[in-house]
Amino acid sequence: MKLPIQVTVNGVRYTHEVEPRLLLVHYLRDVLGLTGTHIGCDTSQCGACTVLVDGAAVKSCTLLAVQADGASVTTIEGLAQDDRLHPLQEGFWEKHGLQCGFCTPGMIMTACDLLRRYPDPTEEQIRHGLEGVLCRCTGYQNIVAAVQYAAERLRAGAPPAPTR
Amino acid sequence: MFPRPFDYLAPESLDEVLAALAAEPDDTKVLAGGHSLLPLMKLRLVAPRRLVDLRRLRGTLAYVRPEDGGLAIGALTTYYALETDPLVSARYPVLAETAGAIADLQVRNCGTIGGSLAHADPAGDLPAVVLALDATLEAVSRQGARRLPISEFFVDAYTTALAPGELLTAIHLPAPAPRSGAAYAKFRHPASGYAVVGVAALLALDAAGRVATARVAITGVGEKPYRAQAAEAALTGASPTADTLRAAAAHAVDGVAPLEDLFASAEYRAHLTRVYAERALARALARAQAA
Repeated sequence: MKLPIQVTVNGVRYTHEVEPRLLLVHYLRDVLGLTGTHIGCDTSQCGACTVLVDGAAVKSCTLLAVQADGASVTTIEGLAQDDRLHPLQEGFWEKHGLQCGFCTPGMIMTACDLLRRYPDPTEEQIRHGLEGVLCRCTGYQNIVAAVQYAAERLRAGAPPAPTR
Repeated sequence: MFPRPFDYLAPESLDEVLAALAAEPDDTKVLAGGHSLLPLMKLRLVAPRRLVDLRRLRGTLAYVRPEDGGLAIGALTTYYALETDPLVSARYPVLAETAGAIADLQVRNCGTIGGSLAHADPAGDLPAVVLALDATLEAVSRQGARRLPISEFFVDAYTTALAPGELLTAIHLPAPAPRSGAAYAKFRHPASGYAVVGVAALLALDAAGRVATARVAITGVGEKPYRAQAAEAALTGASPTADTLRAAAAHAVDGVAPLEDLFASAEYRAHLTRVYAERALARALARAQAA
C-alpha cells in the first residue's frame, strides 16, 4: 500500500507516494536528501531528529510521513536566509554551543519552538524546554548561553524562525 | 527501525472513524499522538494490520470547556494544551502541572490525554491524576455513546474497559469541591522520564478544617493505577496534621505487590510510594487550606 502525500518542507511543496510505515525522518533524509536532520537513538529519546511541523517541535523518528500530509515542515536547512545564519545558529557559533555537533540540529529546532513560546526565557525555562534533546559533549552550559544569545538577538528585531 | 507494514486511514469524521474501527476491531489500532504506539510498533512489540489516525478530528476532539463548574476535555487535547490552558490552571492546576512534567517538550506537543488513558501504561502520569480527580469518561462506538467512571476504566496493564470498536472521546471532571486541593508528586525515572512512582492526592476539607474527602491515586507501582483505599480511610474525618498525613501515607501500598525492575526493587518502590504519598498529601493540603 502506498499513499500520496503533499508536504511543504522549508517552503517548497513536495508530492510523493509513500508507504504508511515510512517515518518522517526517513522521508526527509532519504527521499528529500535533507540530511541535516539526524537519527540518533531512533527510540524517541534523544531528540536529534527534531523538526518543526506547523511550528511545533516534534521528533521526526516518532511521526509517520503520512501524518505530515498537508503540513509545513521546517528542518535545520530551512533556518538560514540568504546565506545569513538564523540567530540560533549564530548563537551556537558565538557561544560554542556544540562540540561534535550531532545533536545540534535537534537542539536548534527545539529551541525555535521554545523561543516562540518564551521570547524572554529564564534559564530554567530553557533547561526544561531542551530536556528532550540529549547532548553528550557540552554539559549544556554553552547551549543555554547560545539560546540566551539568540533570544536577545530576536528581541532586538532579528528575523524570527519561519513557521510556514 | 521500521514497523511492520500496515494499512493507514485518516478519516475526516467521527462516523468514519467508528465505521473503520467496527470493520476490523481486533486488527486495528487508533493513532492519536502516537508517542506510545509508534515506538512499540518500531520495536515490533505490536503490529496492527491497520492504523486509524485521528488527526483530522482535532477540530472536534481537541478542546477544554467549562462544564457545571468542572471541565470537559476532548480526548485529543495535547499535554501542551493542558499545560498552558488558563481554564485548566484555574480549576485543576494539578492537571496542568502534571501535563507539563510529562516527558519533554516535543512529546508534549504530540501526546494526548485520551491517548494516555486508553494506552494505560502502568507508569503513565495522567491516569493517576484523572483517577484522583474522579473523572467520568465518554466513549462512543457505532452502538452509541456511554459514560463510565474512571474507577472502572483501568483493567490491567495496557488494558482498559473500552470495548473493541469503541473510542474514548472526552474526559469530564467534576467541579472542584470547596476547600479542596490536589497535587501530584512523582519520582521520575532519570532516563525514561516515566514515573517510577507517581502519587496524585486530592483533599477536601469540611468547614471545621477536617478531611471530608481524600483520594490518593498511585501509578508506576501496580499493574494498573490504583486508589490507596486504606490511606484514604485513615484520612477521612481526621484532622489533617503532618502526623496524620504521614500515618495515612504509610498505607499507600497496602494490599498491592509493587512492580520490580532493574531500577527499583519491590521494597524500594514501596518505600518511595509512602514517601511520595506523604509529599503529595502535604501539597494537596496546603492547596485545600489556601482555597
